[in-house]
Amino acid sequence: MEDLKHEGSAKTPVVEFSSNGELLLKGRSIPENSIEFYKPLIEWLESYSESPNSTTVLSVQLEYFNTSSSKCILDVFKKLESVSGSEITVKWHYEEDDEDMLEAGEDYEAIIDLPFEMIEVEEI
Amino acid sequence: MATTTFDLYNLMERDKVLLAFKGTVTSDLLSSVFQIMESKMEDLNDSPATKKKVFNVLVECLQNLYHHIDDFDNDNAIFETSKGDKKSAIFSISRHDDYYNIVTGNFIYPKNVDEITSKITHINSLDRDQLKAYYKEILGNGKLSEKGGGGLGLIDIAKKSRNKLGYSFKEIDKDYSFFTLIVKILKK
Repeated sequence: MEDLKHEGSAKTPVVEFSSNGELLLKGRSIPENSIEFYKPLIEWLESYSESPNSTTVLSVQLEYFNTSSSKCILDVFKKLESVSGSEITVKWHYEEDDEDMLEAGEDYEAIIDLPFEMIEVEEI
Repeated sequence: MATTTFDLYNLMERDKVLLAFKGTVTSDLLSSVFQIMESKMEDLNDSPATKKKVFNVLVECLQNLYHHIDDFDNDNAIFETSKGDKKSAIFSISRHDDYYNIVTGNFIYPKNVDEITSKITHINSLDRDQLKAYYKEILGNGKLSEKGGGGLGLIDIAKKSRNKLGYSFKEIDKDYSFFTLIVKILKK
């Protein structure tokens, strides 16, 4: 299957979803209409789940995201949660002074049944 | 005109306004405002954590405004000229010694006053841990609305600003009220 790539913009993150199981979401996610933006990601994961790689790592490196995106990001995690036959890890990155971003990661970790790794970085 | 431009200037100067806008709020306008605010804040002597928090809350406040202005029925009716377009809104961002203030104002239907009041009253009644739990509950169980917010906006604003939400309503006439939201963000 084809990889999914999206160059980031002022309101949308970089997306690099590769069929080798390396998935990246990086930058900022503050579009007014998040559903439209996240639809292709959910669809890609749907196809990926048919024959996933033995390991899948979703690396989330977000600087900002709005509440509209927060629901869509949850949907991405839920989709990932339903993928069987792959060892899945979420790597949640947050900047060292950004307790809101750490908290957001912990919220997802509490809702979603996937292993989360919290990674503090100097700058995203 | 009772208020001259100079009066308005002084008022904004006194309130330490960084940026103010009155008019129709579009997606493109917000893109510009976010860009302007980011570069303005870059030059200011505040901590990166403060800048980040202010930007975060600003995005939520202005997108909340943007989504809710849309709540009006598509009836094309406009106010008498003295009141302007009902889809018009106002917002300002001001920077004080110890805090930032983000203020938004928009027209709403009077029937929505009670709902907004009870929502904000509830949010303001919660302590930090309760607010976090409430956010998680709505995130996990709430359905995504057509506009994408799913009712998380105000909760997120209160949670991130670490402050109670300030608000007021002004009755315009039987058809419209004006809703003001005031969000204070202490500098870190």
